[in-house]
Amino acid sequence: MRKFTVQSGLVMPLDRANVDTDFIIPKQFLKSIKRSGFGVNLFDEHRYMDKGEPGRDNSGRPLNPDFVMNKPRYKGASVLLARENFGCGSSREHAPWALDDYGFRVIIAPSYADIFFNNCFKNGVLPIVIDRKIVDEIFGEVEANTGYSLLVDLEKQVIVKPDGNSIPFAVDSFRKYCLLHGLDDIGLTLQDAGDIKAFESRWKTAAPWYFGVQA
Amino acid sequence: MTGKTLYDKLWDSHLVKQRDDGTALIYIDRQLIHEVTSPQAFEGLRMAGRRPWRAEANFATPDHNIPTTREERRLGLEGIRDPISRIQVTTLDDNCKEFGIFELDMNDERQGIVHVVGPEQGATLPGMTIVCGDSHTSTHGALGALAHGIGTSEVEHVMATQCLLQTKMRNMLIRVDGRLNPGVTAKDIVLAIIGEIGTAGGTGYTIEFGGEAIRSLSVEGRMTVCNMAIEAGARAGLIAVDETTLAYIKGRPFAPKGDMWEKAAAAWRGLVSDADAHFDRVVVIDAADIIPQVTWGTSPEMVAPITGEIPDPEKELDPSRRDNMRQALKYMGLQPGTRITDIKLDCIFIGSCTNSRIEDLRAAAAVVKGRKVAANIEMALVVPGSGLVKKQAEAEGLDKIFIDAGLEWREPGCSMCLAMNADQLGAGKHCASTSNRNFEGRQGFGGRTHLVSPAMAAAAAIHGHFVDVRDILFTTDRLV
Repeated sequence: MRKFTVQSGLVMPLDRANVDTDFIIPKQFLKSIKRSGFGVNLFDEHRYMDKGEPGRDNSGRPLNPDFVMNKPRYKGASVLLARENFGCGSSREHAPWALDDYGFRVIIAPSYADIFFNNCFKNGVLPIVIDRKIVDEIFGEVEANTGYSLLVDLEKQVIVKPDGNSIPFAVDSFRKYCLLHGLDDIGLTLQDAGDIKAFESRWKTAAPWYFGVQA
Repeated sequence: MTGKTLYDKLWDSHLVKQRDDGTALIYIDRQLIHEVTSPQAFEGLRMAGRRPWRAEANFATPDHNIPTTREERRLGLEGIRDPISRIQVTTLDDNCKEFGIFELDMNDERQGIVHVVGPEQGATLPGMTIVCGDSHTSTHGALGALAHGIGTSEVEHVMATQCLLQTKMRNMLIRVDGRLNPGVTAKDIVLAIIGEIGTAGGTGYTIEFGGEAIRSLSVEGRMTVCNMAIEAGARAGLIAVDETTLAYIKGRPFAPKGDMWEKAAAAWRGLVSDADAHFDRVVVIDAADIIPQVTWGTSPEMVAPITGEIPDPEKELDPSRRDNMRQALKYMGLQPGTRITDIKLDCIFIGSCTNSRIEDLRAAAAVVKGRKVAANIEMALVVPGSGLVKKQAEAEGLDKIFIDAGLEWREPGCSMCLAMNADQLGAGKHCASTSNRNFEGRQGFGGRTHLVSPAMAAAAAIHGHFVDVRDILFTTDRLV
């Protein structure tokens, strides 16, 4: 996994609560058996005026000029500012894959759906939870200032605003450690293989009905 | 010392290792696999040169991309016309063969939606921890299993280690007291709950559903309730084990037999929350207050009783919710103040992991029997959840009832719940759907979904708009 230490980038606001993972990446793109290439179809149903299909060249598709992503001032954004319950719905990891592939490294929102939140950390994308009032303020500042950028320092757990003010944020210590070092969960868990085997052996004795019954 | 909740018991019994930072390694008894969220996980194993930790703990079946017309299915894999979908299905077959994983492939009579097939085969058992790369894995909690949806990275992690990295959730109890009124179903219960607590109401919690109304449900009805726990934000829903649970499981192919059954059943009877268990949040709902529900917006929490009307966003005080409601009504092409019974429909979908089991099909058939689908309905699909559900329905003559009424009788799969196959809702069309999500574009680009129970969808098919199914069921001679 790619390491995450410090990220400085342009902020794109998505002013909408309950953005679901169907919104982030529509189902037809889930037919891919790869992990990459989803960025061009991020927010597909809102970004383009027509219906997208996997494998299609997207360069000639009509863009929706009203959708925030298509406004020139947000081109190249790497920080996504969002509303409550971001990423609800389907567990598709294609959602963080699409966000990451497009170039988003940080999401800032008052709350997230659990599965999406978890999936982000597995892909080097940092979802930050901050108070709704502060999110409201940042929405206002982004709107008022073209080129509004934020710096996110994971080690120090702060967001630094253009005026130099800092906003602290909380992050689970294990997830922070994995992100900072770009660590693969599986490798880490397999360091505990002895514990897993010992548990499995006890469990097989206590609940043998979960082992070996075949149709 | 206070007692334990059912969730506490399931967590404690599967705890491999508690780390100081609050995360834990939880042992996983069963992983269910389908074709959409697994290819990248298998590829990850291959790239790292890893094998599954315990191949026999995995159980696979393709469902999302599967065509549902008889003609297409007769052709087997060749019947999947979309080459990208076909590759995904054949990739699952190839991966299961390579890694030694049990699969009910698309031509197997037992194939179907993974959340229907798992319990049907007894691959889902009480007291298990179950995962699947699919958010509706919460369904299996109906059998007293700790089951939740995971992402593809976690699918690979469970394949490789038989464990999931987790932090413990908080405990919520939703108690539905008293008896349901006739004509009100499990679907109406869960939609009413989501209307009450909101789509993020269960975030960070495992929800246990209890109370007399829940205990009186069949296991199939319980699965409908737990299925939609995720629509309330909870990764896992749970219902305590009772004799109804045990009667459902006994004799299923993967269930223990003989002496082993007796021992397992004795252990499973303890899978209930202790009387003095502590819940971080308790929500109490009176079953008598629940009447058939219909969603009018683009989130399952945007729901109203059939006797109600579409609310006015301008009366909503919270600005974020107000914007959401405005966006939803614009997308749905609906006006505030419209009576729910005045919403005209174009399509009907009876199916999905929420409502495609035999009891769902019986309930829908009881409503359409001897009647005809309204002229304005362009498409009405009935898609059984599995090959065995289909077989049972045909043995009872339900297929003929649907066909005579003008509905299409299809082959099993996820179908138009998420429209990854050819079954898609057209732009601007309103669909009465027994599925679980009314998100924008969910059933097809520009499609407008209304979530309802099977009986309500069937009644809407006959009338061409929403009607109170209780008027149909109880004002004729066909009392049910």
